Amino acid sequence: MQPEATEEERVKNMTLEAYADTIVPGEKRFPEDRAIAGAAPGPGSVAAGALELLNFDATGVTAGLPYLAQSLNDHAKIYAGEVALELDHDVPPFVALPYEHRRELVRRLTTPGHPEKDGWVSLALFCNMAYDSAAHRHTAEAIRDGHPGLLALGYQAPDADGFWRFPKYGYGRKLAELHPDTTPSGSPA
Amino acid sequence: MTAIDKTDVVIVGSGFGGSIPAYHLAAGGAKVTVLERGPWLAANDFEHDYLLGSSYTRAFDFVVGDGMSVLGGNCVGGGSVVYFAAMPRAPRFVFDRQGSIGRRMWPSVLSRDTLEPWYDRVDESLPVSKQDWTDVSYAGGLWAAACNHSGRTANPAPVAVDNGTCVNCNFMMAGCRFDAKRSMLTNYLPAALAHGAEIRPLHEVQRLERTEDGGYRVHFDLIDEEDYRIHTGTGVIEAKVVIIAAGAGATPVILQRSEATLGTMPHGVGRYFSGNGERLNTAIVDEDRVREVLGLSREDGPVYSANHIGKGPTVANWDKLDGSLPEYERYSLEQLYFPPGLGTILAQVPGGEEPRWYGAQKKEILNQWANWLTIFLMTEDDNEGVFGTPPPTGNAYRISQQMLGRGSLRYDPTENTRRGWALADADCKAIIEKDGLAKVAPWTNDVVGAYTVHPLASCRIGDDAATSALHPNHELRNHPGIFVTDSASVPGALTVNPAMTVAALAERSVPGIVRALQARDVDVKYGAPAPDGSITGRRAVSKLDLVAGT
Repeated sequence: MQPEATEEERVKNMTLEAYADTIVPGEKRFPEDRAIAGAAPGPGSVAAGALELLNFDATGVTAGLPYLAQSLNDHAKIYAGEVALELDHDVPPFVALPYEHRRELVRRLTTPGHPEKDGWVSLALFCNMAYDSAAHRHTAEAIRDGHPGLLALGYQAPDADGFWRFPKYGYGRKLAELHPDTTPSGSPA
Repeated sequence: MTAIDKTDVVIVGSGFGGSIPAYHLAAGGAKVTVLERGPWLAANDFEHDYLLGSSYTRAFDFVVGDGMSVLGGNCVGGGSVVYFAAMPRAPRFVFDRQGSIGRRMWPSVLSRDTLEPWYDRVDESLPVSKQDWTDVSYAGGLWAAACNHSGRTANPAPVAVDNGTCVNCNFMMAGCRFDAKRSMLTNYLPAALAHGAEIRPLHEVQRLERTEDGGYRVHFDLIDEEDYRIHTGTGVIEAKVVIIAAGAGATPVILQRSEATLGTMPHGVGRYFSGNGERLNTAIVDEDRVREVLGLSREDGPVYSANHIGKGPTVANWDKLDGSLPEYERYSLEQLYFPPGLGTILAQVPGGEEPRWYGAQKKEILNQWANWLTIFLMTEDDNEGVFGTPPPTGNAYRISQQMLGRGSLRYDPTENTRRGWALADADCKAIIEKDGLAKVAPWTNDVVGAYTVHPLASCRIGDDAATSALHPNHELRNHPGIFVTDSASVPGALTVNPAMTVAALAERSVPGIVRALQARDVDVKYGAPAPDGSITGRRAVSKLDLVAGT
């Protein structure tokens, strides 16, 4: 990450990191890390590049990020009032929420019928993609550079020409009886 | 003053529904112009890469609606470029389905028997091949063995894949790099081009209007090749006949937007949409149990760990495709593969705490992704989908530069549909969780609604003007000279993968379109062989009375 130019930028990034960390949680980068809640071992969405992907304008969400971050913090304040949580003021309100509460707020925002559901779902979709498919990187390069999500999924490097091939692909033997009514073309009757 | 661009036939879309008539009509002597909203990609353009902007996002669209999301092709070759190439024929009982209308949905002239010669034509043209057990992927084999362990049958599915060329990379949703998959790019389209058909990519048709001489003027926008949100120009072309084959998620939208100039559309335009009753379940496989219970292991070490290896669906369970069962209780359970990204976000943690689609427990199952087994349920739904007000252009408000958009489709599943899903979920669970083989959960419908890779029926054929948009010959009711030949024309859910049926209906529609052109003084004939020159299929249909009802 580049150092942020403004306080506003810092607040936005921390808030979005906290959202990404709610979708695919990870371990703290350093002891005083606030954006990442530390709710799961190993790298999560943030370490996998969530902010890089969200700032890739091909997603179509980049221009809306300042508004989403602001709105998320507004929702966090209202939510904290509802559940009588005292929030720290040294970090943005959503970041100040403990993980279970971040999770609960995201549940509410993505529930069918919520008027802003589409935006929060889109954001969640890309936070997930940063981890499980590194959609901001060429896949083979991301694997070569040790992208944590692709490695966690079990991706191995492709062949030298950049394509995957699996010469061994099946158990190679009969494993069930065919449906008795199967037609000569191999279809159901 | 530039001369107006004119042709005999404009075909909107180049998937199964567009390419098949394009070939036959061009071969028969008509001047054919195909307008395709997506790019024209060839094997060398198909990448193994999840980067936004790679062929994975260039070639297909994911349109989120209200209660239903639709995946569809967006390139020359359409759905055939991104499909999984499973090609079963629809079971006999499907043609007698009544759905929600209290009488047979399909036209009386259509049954499995009357469609069989057209299935045969497709079989020969693609070609489709039967698979045996040696073609089946690890995932398909595991599903077959699990079915067998529960006393059930399992079938290697017929496919349009050249298994000798296939490298089992499982990237077929982004197009096939090796041309092993028989998309329209490998058969009908090259044959259409050889007969003089013209294909214009990045032309997104918006609406139609009538010309003074009884033909149609087709209005299109030109689309930027990288950022589909950018339109670079507009144009028109006039034709005597128009075939709309933009896919079930887009065909009705073009017709809805044309109402202002063409007049009222039949009631069935943009209604009766079916998601083919589709639903996905993700099982997390316990390799130790699979080895102990099923006796499976790979020669190269692990027992399974092979979610990513293969060619989409290779094995299906068809035990519940039983015509003696009541409607809405019949379904198939097919092993499938879905790539990460769209294929993981909706998967839920089996037995986890709600919400189960994100969070720490979800991450744990993501980290077991190689041991996922995806089961695809194709049930009977109730044609619940209705398209609302069309967006200003295309069939969606585009969010991302490619792939992701928001559409106007609304889908509220009925009790019948929900019950079918529940029955299929329970059956899938009983098979795959038996003796601890795996833990399974269905994908959530709360995030992007239900979802389908096989949209159908939004502009369907039928005998009844009140509940279908098209005559049995695929001509749009009250709008002579407009035909719909794609997945939108299929009357309802099929309980199996629909590509074979979509293609067979497109083949069957061609003689009627030839006659419509002849009536408009176009010198065109019907009778071309299969794209590679084979004639067995033609010989079979030449015995038929090809005057389809109008």
